[in-house]
Amino acid sequence: MIKFFLMVNKQGQTRLSRYYEHVEINKRTMLEAEVIKNCLSRSKDQCSFVEYKDFKLVYRQYAALFVVVGINETENEMAVYELIHNFVEVLDKYFSRVSELDVSFSVSEIHLCLSLLVCVPVYAVFIALTVKQSRQCRGFTNFALTIVWSTDDSKFCLPVVIVFILRGIACSYILTVVTSSPFNS
Amino acid sequence: MALKMVKGSIDRMFDKNLQDLVRGIRNHKEDEAKYISQCIDEIKQELKQDNIAVKANAVCKLTYLQMLGYDISWAAFNIIEVMSASKFTFKRIGYLAASQCFHEGTDVIMLTTNQIRKDLSSPNQYDTGVALTGLSCFVTPDLARDLANDIMTLMSHTKPYIRKKAVLIMYKVFLKYPESLRPAFPRLKEKLEDPDPGVQSAAVNVICELARRNPKNYLSLAPLFFKLMTSSTNNWVLIKIIKLFGALTPLEPRLGKKLIEPLTNLIHSTSAMSLLYECVNTVIAVLISLSSGMPNHSASIQLCVQKLRILIEDSDQNLKYLGLLAMSKILKTHPKSVQSHKDLILQCLDDKDESIRLRALDLLYGMVSKKNLMEIVKKLMIHVDKAEGTTYRDELLTKIIDICSQSNYQYITNFEWYISILVELTRLEGTRHGHLIAAQMLDVAIRVKAIRKFAVSQMAMLLDNAHLIASNTQRNGICEVLYAAAWICGEFSEHLEEANQTLEAMLRPKVTTLPGHIQAVYVQNMVKLYASILQQKEQSGEKEAAQEITQLMIDRLPQFVQSADLEVQERASCILQLIKYIQKLQIKEVPVAEEVTALFAGELNPVAPKAQKKVPVPEGLDLDAWINEPPSDSESEDEKPKTIFHDEEQRHSRHRQPEIDEEELARRREARKQEQANNPFYIKSSPSPQKRYQDTPGVEHIPVVQIDLSVPLKVPGMPMSDQYVKLEEERRHKQKLEKDKKKKKQKKEKRGKHHRHNSLHTESEEDIAPAHHVDIITEEMPENALPSDEDDKDPNDPYKALDIDLDKPLADSEKLPVQRHRNVETLKSPDSEAPLAEKKSKKPKKKEKKHKEKERDKGKKKEKEKKVVEEEEEEEKKGDDLDFWLSTAPPPASTAQPQSEPEVGAAVVAEPQEVKKEEREERDEEEDDEGKKSSKHKKKKHKKEKEEKSKDKKKSKKKSHHSEEETAGSVQNGTLDDEPLPPMSSYRLLAENPYIKMTYDIQGNLQNDSQVTVSVIFENKSTSFLKSMELNVLDSLNTKMLRPEGSSVHDGIPVPFQLPPGISNEAQFVFTLQSIVMAQKLKGTLSFIVKNDEGSTHEKLDFKLHFSCASYLITTPCYSDAFAKLLESGDLHMSSIKVDGISISFQHLLAKICFHHHFSVVERVDSCASMYSRSIQGHHVCLLVKKGENSVSIDGKCNDSTLLSNLLDEMKETLSKC
Repeated sequence: MIKFFLMVNKQGQTRLSRYYEHVEINKRTMLEAEVIKNCLSRSKDQCSFVEYKDFKLVYRQYAALFVVVGINETENEMAVYELIHNFVEVLDKYFSRVSELDVSFSVSEIHLCLSLLVCVPVYAVFIALTVKQSRQCRGFTNFALTIVWSTDDSKFCLPVVIVFILRGIACSYILTVVTSSPFNS
Repeated sequence: MALKMVKGSIDRMFDKNLQDLVRGIRNHKEDEAKYISQCIDEIKQELKQDNIAVKANAVCKLTYLQMLGYDISWAAFNIIEVMSASKFTFKRIGYLAASQCFHEGTDVIMLTTNQIRKDLSSPNQYDTGVALTGLSCFVTPDLARDLANDIMTLMSHTKPYIRKKAVLIMYKVFLKYPESLRPAFPRLKEKLEDPDPGVQSAAVNVICELARRNPKNYLSLAPLFFKLMTSSTNNWVLIKIIKLFGALTPLEPRLGKKLIEPLTNLIHSTSAMSLLYECVNTVIAVLISLSSGMPNHSASIQLCVQKLRILIEDSDQNLKYLGLLAMSKILKTHPKSVQSHKDLILQCLDDKDESIRLRALDLLYGMVSKKNLMEIVKKLMIHVDKAEGTTYRDELLTKIIDICSQSNYQYITNFEWYISILVELTRLEGTRHGHLIAAQMLDVAIRVKAIRKFAVSQMAMLLDNAHLIASNTQRNGICEVLYAAAWICGEFSEHLEEANQTLEAMLRPKVTTLPGHIQAVYVQNMVKLYASILQQKEQSGEKEAAQEITQLMIDRLPQFVQSADLEVQERASCILQLIKYIQKLQIKEVPVAEEVTALFAGELNPVAPKAQKKVPVPEGLDLDAWINEPPSDSESEDEKPKTIFHDEEQRHSRHRQPEIDEEELARRREARKQEQANNPFYIKSSPSPQKRYQDTPGVEHIPVVQIDLSVPLKVPGMPMSDQYVKLEEERRHKQKLEKDKKKKKQKKEKRGKHHRHNSLHTESEEDIAPAHHVDIITEEMPENALPSDEDDKDPNDPYKALDIDLDKPLADSEKLPVQRHRNVETLKSPDSEAPLAEKKSKKPKKKEKKHKEKERDKGKKKEKEKKVVEEEEEEEKKGDDLDFWLSTAPPPASTAQPQSEPEVGAAVVAEPQEVKKEEREERDEEEDDEGKKSSKHKKKKHKKEKEEKSKDKKKSKKKSHHSEEETAGSVQNGTLDDEPLPPMSSYRLLAENPYIKMTYDIQGNLQNDSQVTVSVIFENKSTSFLKSMELNVLDSLNTKMLRPEGSSVHDGIPVPFQLPPGISNEAQFVFTLQSIVMAQKLKGTLSFIVKNDEGSTHEKLDFKLHFSCASYLITTPCYSDAFAKLLESGDLHMSSIKVDGISISFQHLLAKICFHHHFSVVERVDSCASMYSRSIQGHHVCLLVKKGENSVSIDGKCNDSTLLSNLLDEMKETLSKC
């Protein structure tokens, strides 16, 4: 079970936080500070799992940004580790080369993306379809997307789905196909 | 008004949006707090405006500020306002804010119930989706109760996107409102076989989480999961399924056996580390559940260990960590297989990463044996010295103690060594675990009698060097050991050689700097020491020395009397007086030693930690019963507390001392003695400890350790544990030689130097005899202690509520609360409970059901063909479903017919009331079945079919019911619902050849007036693999397939999946149309590649896609008054038809029109009904359907006469088939 999902930068500023269990607002700030301290104190050659209080932190560092997920002991650490990467891959596609600035300026889009990945702490990984979208998809000027169906290509195309959902446009293609496992890449 | 709006939008231009806010915060690094409070003020202003867009913008900013740690709970009401915005973009912001800041304590949350319900039933799937996502974050027990039924309905939504979310959110609902679990479970189970893999995966996830509590409920699903596991290629799903199996296997060892093989296969084949890790974990769980001693499983355990070794050896630290983590699980049951990798684990102790070192430490815990304990601890001691960072060192320290003390000091062969390790540990700087060491010292000294002498000498040395330990104030943790040292020296002072010296050490002025509780122990134990010295001196007749020691006490004790600590002060002054008195006696030359020692006579035994809890309640004593009747509420509380208390006491004493005659007492005493004799935990009164100690054989042989005082940098007099390792080796060597000798020459036995070995020859060759004859005193337990494991249950477990038995049939009271129309009761309709929320999604749902049913039917047919041939004979005999699935050998023949399956029952009861009738029918059928004595397998299938049928019935019923419900009050459905509707499917055959079958359904698109969506189900009928499917259609002028940008009109659209044999899947294609008044036919081709063992061939299948006019209609509810207005408006064209020879009932007829032609019933009176529908381009279509004896006449009105006539023609065709 996932307890929370955080994106924090090296300075300890929270860029995104999503709690799946209620934590009081002042405790959140404390928790975030401690979590980032824990992660910052670790070097690259240390493993990405930290035992913290009664749960575990799984984190990954992308440039100056840390993605930290708090899980309980029943969760598969490695799967969560993969999940983080999936998430970042999706963001990368959506923002075409995501940066911290993107994250801080488009919090709500990122929340949406996250909600597709992790609906309830029992994360059900979204089933993505494969789309090679045109560059402009973010601006949405070019509505007709080049949708290429293929099950062999395991790159995710959630970004397009996000665009659809953001505009509240029904897209009957959405989420119907399973891709092969994201683990193999 | 208009002006206001214009003004609002102009204002908006100047408002900050989120981007501006973020930018602003970045630009005000110095006075961020000030800037933000300014922003919050602005936001408050914005929230006061009427414009919803402004509000949404404000809430959006608030969400960001909340993330930064600002409390926004004051805006909760505004958030709800934004949530109820009709525009999705705003609604989304509202729900996001709610999900971030609402929680169970938010009081306005109850205001959201209706809004959420509305959104859940919204025709726009994203409204529904966003509501579900938000709800998952802030669902409260109340919301869960009120919305459970709506969410349950959404579990059968047409869109997989919604189904998936609904299934997941059900988990949250179960947590908050556990009563919903039982009614919802059958549907959840259905979702495991959902055609959409995403929904499947969600259901697996939820069941996996549920199965942590009361897994036996889910055991019956094992075959299904097994099938999923062997067929699924999605690793996420596999991980969850495998996790689930891990929870199930402890309940059913046979399941474990069945799992081993596929799991080992997965372990061999998968390249995904997370999956591998999960497999290993489950294999371990399986092996734990299987009783040991299964030779063929040692292979799988070896495989696991090998794989883990690869993980641990990997350069990736994450894998190393997980490898160690999993290894520690194997360790619990198969320590031997792990022990062979000791080298690797010791290596991990040197790892750069602390988490890895800690995991390795965990492993060491289980790897020790009598043989290697010393070696391992030695290694750890080296690490203790090297370790930087106190946390890790503390961890090491606790681990050393854990390792040594585990299972009652099982692996310690030489306690002297252990004591010296403990003493060495006291030299650790800045540890917090002084009390741990102290506890160990006390424990060992008390429980291992043979070691007391040595322990006392060591403790005396510690006391002597107390200044080293207590000198540094930062090291306050460690001074706890002085507590233990003082107590041991005092309690076992008879073993002390230099008692005088120790006493003096304890009386040093420096001691007063120690913490109070330690000083108190010091004071108390000084007297013990003093008493034993006194006795010693008196016995040897050294009166002067005795007086001297008394004087010493009197001189030094006042420093403790002045202590600020009350306990110390009290004890010291008390003792000071006592000693002064002794001094008086001594001066009178009265022998006092005897009496002083009598103060501390007797031995203290260790008491088991749970002893108090285990004291049995005496017979006849009811702890919960009122001793005295509670005062009634009317009485004022403070009136007579005294009498109550008095009374209570009286009764209490009466309870405690029932009058028993002498005889009875004697009998009881006898019985108790008997019991004590049989109770291994009861320590019988034994001769005085000293005596016993001397009786113990071999004590005199304890090697007196020569302490190497020449070692520099060590505290003088402190023992070195290292030497024991050497000693031990020698000893073992000797022992071995001896044993060899013994074997060769039995007679030489007595020549063995150490007596004690004789008593040990029962031990196996591998075992190493301990150096001391150790009798570890077991901890004391009260008489008649009740053995129980109940202590382990955590009463605060949040998931406790989910511990529900799902196999019990549903009771009436367990139905989910459903929102009703107010007039529902008066209607007396048996199924008036159909949830409102279903209304809008009704048609699509039905379609999907049909689709599913079809699929399943097909699958089943195949299964049947296969299985019946293979297993028919066996199956006739099998008893229980699961049992059969699990058993590998044919079970013994039995004539007993299986009980009716609980699943079927559950599924049926789950639909409250509605299905009562079907249920009855089903029961009947079941009975018939039993009469036929058909094979179990067939029967099962039969049942499944029935189940489906009944589902269908339910569905269609619901549907017809809904259409009526839509007309609110005017419906008279009470008389109609008894008749079950035949199953209907809107999917029509598109084309078929030996390889593939295509069925299709066309639906209008609400959002776009010129688009329809064609859903095509592809079913692979062959035994080959079908891939690279491409669908192409020859566009007409009017109707065109929507192709991706850039592709020409002649390009086909690839089907987004491949089809393994026997599998079917659905794809959707969008078509654009200009005119919808005429039916259309499009020619098309499906090309695909058939791949089998012989190779691949290219195949084609031509088809004709028929767009009927009905497919442009969208079921739209309409109220009767609106309907009447529409008819009155007069701008509708009219046309009518009449069909003869109708035999089906009117209800069926209406259902058919509703289903196939997308109409909804507006009003129905007897055999006359008005119906309504709307085309995607906004044409209104109104019908008046009248039923005569054998005929039906339909009058239609529509904006477009062509459309109407075409529609009526289609309807005629449908009806004439009846």
